[in-house]
Amino acid sequence: MTDLAGVPELDVELVRKDFPILDRMVHGDKPLVYLDSAATSQKPRAVLDAEREYYELHNANVHRGIHVLAEEATALYEAARDKVAAFVGAPDRHEVVFTKNSSEALNLVAYAFSNAAAHGPEAERFRLGPGDQVVVTEMEHHSNLVPWQMLCQRTGATLRWLGLTDDGRLDLSNLDEVVNERTKVVSMVHQSNILGTVNPVAAVAARAREVGALVVVDGSQSVPHLPVDVTALGVDFFAFTGHKMCGPTGIGVLWGRRELLEVMPPFLGGGEMIELVTMEASTYAPPPHRFEAGTPMISQAVGLGAAVDYLTGLAGGAGMAAVAAHEHALTEHALRRLAEVPGLRIIGPTDAVDRGGAISFLLAGKDGRAIHPHDVGQVLDEQGIAVRVGHHCARPVCLRYGVPATTRASFHLYTTTGEIDALVEGLAAVRRFFGA
Amino acid sequence: MKLDSMYQEIILDHYRNPHHRGLREPFDAEVHHVNPTCGDEVTLRVKIVDDTVADVSYEGEGCSISQASASVMTDLVIGKSIGDAMALEREFLALMQSRGTVEPDEDVLEDAIAFAGVSKYPARVKCALLSWMAWKDATAQVVDSPAAGGGAAPEGSVPEQEKQA
Ligand SMILES: Cc1ncc(COP(=O)(O)O)c(C=O)c1O
Repeated sequence: MTDLAGVPELDVELVRKDFPILDRMVHGDKPLVYLDSAATSQKPRAVLDAEREYYELHNANVHRGIHVLAEEATALYEAARDKVAAFVGAPDRHEVVFTKNSSEALNLVAYAFSNAAAHGPEAERFRLGPGDQVVVTEMEHHSNLVPWQMLCQRTGATLRWLGLTDDGRLDLSNLDEVVNERTKVVSMVHQSNILGTVNPVAAVAARAREVGALVVVDGSQSVPHLPVDVTALGVDFFAFTGHKMCGPTGIGVLWGRRELLEVMPPFLGGGEMIELVTMEASTYAPPPHRFEAGTPMISQAVGLGAAVDYLTGLAGGAGMAAVAAHEHALTEHALRRLAEVPGLRIIGPTDAVDRGGAISFLLAGKDGRAIHPHDVGQVLDEQGIAVRVGHHCARPVCLRYGVPATTRASFHLYTTTGEIDALVEGLAAVRRFFGA
Repeated sequence: MKLDSMYQEIILDHYRNPHHRGLREPFDAEVHHVNPTCGDEVTLRVKIVDDTVADVSYEGEGCSISQASASVMTDLVIGKSIGDAMALEREFLALMQSRGTVEPDEDVLEDAIAFAGVSKYPARVKCALLSWMAWKDATAQVVDSPAAGGGAAPEGSVPEQEKQA
C-alpha cells in the first residue's frame, strides 16, 4: 500500500466546484449525494471543455491527412497517449493502446491467446490449448471473467481461480498450487469493485513469473483511486477505463509490455492497424496502432488526457497520492459510521487497510428480516442519495458470500464525509420505512 | 411521499405475508428466471389440469416488488383457465409498460392494480414482471409439450422482456 503520510490534503470543497453536476438537485429539492462513483465517476469541467474545444477547433480524422486540422487532431490524440503513459508509469508510449473501455482491453488480450495459433512463431507465448491453465480470482468483475471463460471454451484450456477469505480478501494459501507450471496466464483485479479489496498484485505476479505465466491486471478501480505504477507492479498487461477516472465514456486503455505487444496477434482488422495491404494478405503496423483498427475515439482520448492532467495537478501537484489519502480517510469514516447502523453487515473487509472506498453491505429491518438492496436503493434515491444495488457485475462474489445482491456506496475525490453521514441517516429512514 | 405511490400498502402486505409461496408437488413444469441486473431470482412450478391452472408455486429471492408481485400473480391465475390467465398476463404487462398512463381495471386485475405506481419507475418494472414471465414460460412449456410431463428451463434462462431491456 502506498505510504500516504505527509501527502498534501485535498480541499474537497474546492474540488467539488470543478464538477458542475454536483450542484444538481434531484426529486425537486434534494441535493444530489452521488455515492456511485465505482459505476462511473463524474466529470470535471476541464474534461468537458477539452472535448468541446477539440470539436470546436481541431476536429479531423487522425493519422490520415496533411492538412492543419488533421495534424492538430493527431497531435492531440497522441499527446493523450503520452499523458496516460506517464500517469501509470509506462516506460514507453508505444505500450499504451486505446480501447473503448476496460472490457475491450481485457478481451483484446484474451483474443490474442486464441488468435495465436493462426499467427507466426513469435506468438508462442500466447499459444494456449488443452492442458494449459488460465487463472483468475473469485472476485473478478464479469469483464475479467467471461472473456477468459470464452477463451477456455475456444482453446480447451482449463480455468482456475484463487478463492476468497471470509473477510473479503484474496485467499493466497494455495497460490503455489493454483498458479503452477501449467499456468499460461493469470488475470486479476487490482481493486475489487464490489468488496473494495486492494489485492497484493505484486505477490501474485511474482509467483506467476516463477512459472513463466503472463500477468494481466484489471485496474478499472485502482487507477482512478490510487497512484499506480505498472512497472513497479511487475505485470505484463494492465487494463483500465476512462469513465471511472473522471474521463469520458468510450475510452479505455490497455497497457502492455512492448516486447509482448510486438508479438501479439491483432484483434480487430481494418484501417490504421496495417502496414502493407494487398488483395491476398497484409502486414500489420507496430503497436500501439496494430490494436487500434478504424477511426479511434479521438475526442474521448483528448478528454481522458485532460482528466489525467486534472488528477495529476490536484493538491498542488500531489495528484493521485492526495486522492488516495482523501479516499482512505473517507473509507475509515464510512466503515466507522456504517458499523453504527443496526442490522447492517458489510460484505468485504471491515478495516480500511488495503481497501478502497467501495463498500457493499446488507441491511436488515427491525424485525431482523433482510431488506432487499433494491428496496434500500429506492428509498435512498428518494432522499437524493445515489447508490448501486445488485450483484455489481460480480455475481460469483455474491454466490461466495451467499447473498443475492448488495447495496454499494462508492466514493471518489469529490465525496465528503457529510455525504457519508447523509447515507447513514438515509439508511435509518430505510429501516423506518420497512419497519412496520 | 412519492415513494408511497410505489410501495402501496397492498404491496407491502403481500411482501410481508406472501401467498402460495414454497415449491409444491405435483407440477408439470419448473422454470428458473433471473433478473440479471439486480440479482432477483425465482424458481416457479405450474400444475395444469385439463385447461386450468391448478397450482402455481414458487421460491425466490428478490425485492419487495418482485416478491409481492409473485404473491399477487398466484392469487390471480390459480383456478383460472389458461386462456383467461394469459389474458390477465397481457393486461398486467400492458399496465407495467404504461409508465403510469393507464388506469387499471380493478375488476380484472384485483390486487395487481397496486403495481400501477411501479410502472413509473422503469428500473423496477422488471421486478414486477419477473414472476409473471416465469409463469408464462412454464405454462407455455406445458402447453407446447405433447406429453405434459414437465421439464425445466435451462439454468438462468432469461425472460423475453429481459432480453429486450
Ligand atoms: C473491476 C472492474 N473491471 C472492469 C470493469 C468494466 O469496465 P468497463 O465497463 O468500462 O469496460 C469495471 C466497471 O464496470 C470494474 O469495476
